[in-house]
Amino acid sequence: MRLFDISLANLKRRKAKASFILIGLLVGVTAVVAFMSLVDTLTRDINHKLEKYGANIMILPKTENLSLTYGGMAVGGISFEMREILQEDLEGIKGIENAASVAAVGPMVLGSIKAGDRSVLLAGVDFQVAHILRPWWKIKGQPPGEAGILLGAEASRILGLGQDDALEVNGRNLVVSGVLEPTGSQDDQIIFAPLKTAQQVLGKEGRISMAEVAALCAACPIDEMVAQISGVLPDAKVMAIRQVVKGRMETLGHFNKFAYGLSLLVMLVGGLVVLVTMMGSVRERTSEFGIFMAIGFRRRHVMSMVLFEAAVISALAGVLGYFMGLGATKLTIPFFTESIDVGLAFDPVLALGVFVAAVFLGLISSAYPAVMAGNLDPNEALRSL
Amino acid sequence: MSYIQVENLMKEYGKGEAAFMAVRGMSFQIQQGEFVAIVGESGSGKSTLLSMMGALNTPTDGRYVVDDIDVYSLSLDKRAKFRMAFLGFIFQNFHLIPYLNVMENVMLPLAIAKIKSQEKKDMAREALKHVGLSDKEKRLPSEISGGEQERVAIARAVVNSPTILLADEPTGNLDTRTSREIMDLFNKLNGEGITIVMVTHNAVWSKEAHRILCVSDGLISEQERLRKIVEYPFGLKADTAEYPENRAAVQ
Repeated sequence: MRLFDISLANLKRRKAKASFILIGLLVGVTAVVAFMSLVDTLTRDINHKLEKYGANIMILPKTENLSLTYGGMAVGGISFEMREILQEDLEGIKGIENAASVAAVGPMVLGSIKAGDRSVLLAGVDFQVAHILRPWWKIKGQPPGEAGILLGAEASRILGLGQDDALEVNGRNLVVSGVLEPTGSQDDQIIFAPLKTAQQVLGKEGRISMAEVAALCAACPIDEMVAQISGVLPDAKVMAIRQVVKGRMETLGHFNKFAYGLSLLVMLVGGLVVLVTMMGSVRERTSEFGIFMAIGFRRRHVMSMVLFEAAVISALAGVLGYFMGLGATKLTIPFFTESIDVGLAFDPVLALGVFVAAVFLGLISSAYPAVMAGNLDPNEALRSL
Repeated sequence: MSYIQVENLMKEYGKGEAAFMAVRGMSFQIQQGEFVAIVGESGSGKSTLLSMMGALNTPTDGRYVVDDIDVYSLSLDKRAKFRMAFLGFIFQNFHLIPYLNVMENVMLPLAIAKIKSQEKKDMAREALKHVGLSDKEKRLPSEISGGEQERVAIARAVVNSPTILLADEPTGNLDTRTSREIMDLFNKLNGEGITIVMVTHNAVWSKEAHRILCVSDGLISEQERLRKIVEYPFGLKADTAEYPENRAAVQ
């Protein structure tokens, strides 16, 4: 028989009260786990989409600029040397440290062509990776073969060309295999052709104007990827499309803060439930504590009994709450994302964190009732018998 | 020097116009091994006196000394230690913990003692054997009779071998036959050297004591010596014979 045996026996006897405290904490812990794992899952989902679908690193030719100032006033600058990127240079990307994180590399050659009496931009792209770099494309028709082209919606309208129409470019006959649905971007004004065809038409064999890279950067900082690619392409200017990532992350950050705030509020309510219930319990047990003190229990003995009871219930709430929170996330996740491959795994850090937080909350909320019990005047307590 | 010395103990409850003097200066001494009954009307101050003797109720004035320890000069924690070491309590309504079984109730004072679990069990079994309840250690208080509950309370009070047993109306809720059994148990414990201070309304049971202290209006109004305490070479023991000549002397 130890002090803790008395506490456990009391918990067994007062099941309803113990259950009430447990439920109070359980709701709080479940909500916190659900919010946190939901935010985490959505973050991973967005990261996944961002990184897997769409380019997030741009490779452009390096240019030398000269800033012009007259009388101390800057009037802009001129580019006097534009270095070229060779298509074969892109092979170096396969050798970088984080090569495994590179989902796709899309070289692009750009040049102006004459279509009738109009000048149009021709872009040569690798249609093998177009679905990764431009997942928003919807093609009416087919992606072009070697002698085919794909027209942007606006280019198709201006040139008056549709599927299966032919366009003569620099003496070469190219057939329209498909037309892009309007994208709202510069793609609408461009004629797309396979990279090799475009290089031949533009007279830029083996050379590219730029390249897009889709990096799966869940496990690596995008800046590191940029640095590594810069290392293998010294004549290129490599930069991350930060705006896209930053914007999405800011949105998630706001949601995260909201989730933390709400979690804090729910935990606070849970703590209040524990406080009120424990105070009621201590008042109910006044005479019992009086007996304990009369037979020689000291203040700290009585306090530790109350705190131990709170710790047992809180620990239980921490464990059950974690799994209930995961369950709640699993149930609610379909309402937030249509991704079916979003994994929801046991997170030992979150589990431990939630367990410690639950026990801490239970102990903090029970501290005042415990002090109240410890400060009971044994004589007064016995008079309540 | 007496084992227990009560010197001009006073206790006032309330303040200002509502102030009420429950104990107005009581002084007496109790020898080790003595069995003392405190009798008096309701509200006479006997329960307040017992709570002060139990180191539970700080007096407004006066001194309470046990075995040369000035009890109320001790800190609250040390007073708790004093209670644990010197005192055993028996309450009028037994006040067993309802969710602990007989064995666990008896072991309660040992819960904070730094001794092995098996030793605690042995001590509790010994105490239960002493009060004749060895066969009921697994029962809950609600599953035994009032007399048996009183015995459990006695076993709990003596399990840690206190030198003083304080009993508040121990026969208050018992029938005559059970009360007799409890008194026999008290006499047995007293015979083993435990000093007993018993508050009672009952004139018959008060005569079981060596001495009766009559309390009235917060004062000791009368003392009556009924029996003689006999000192044995191995410690203080009390005999059970009545000494009418002592009573006559007091009268």
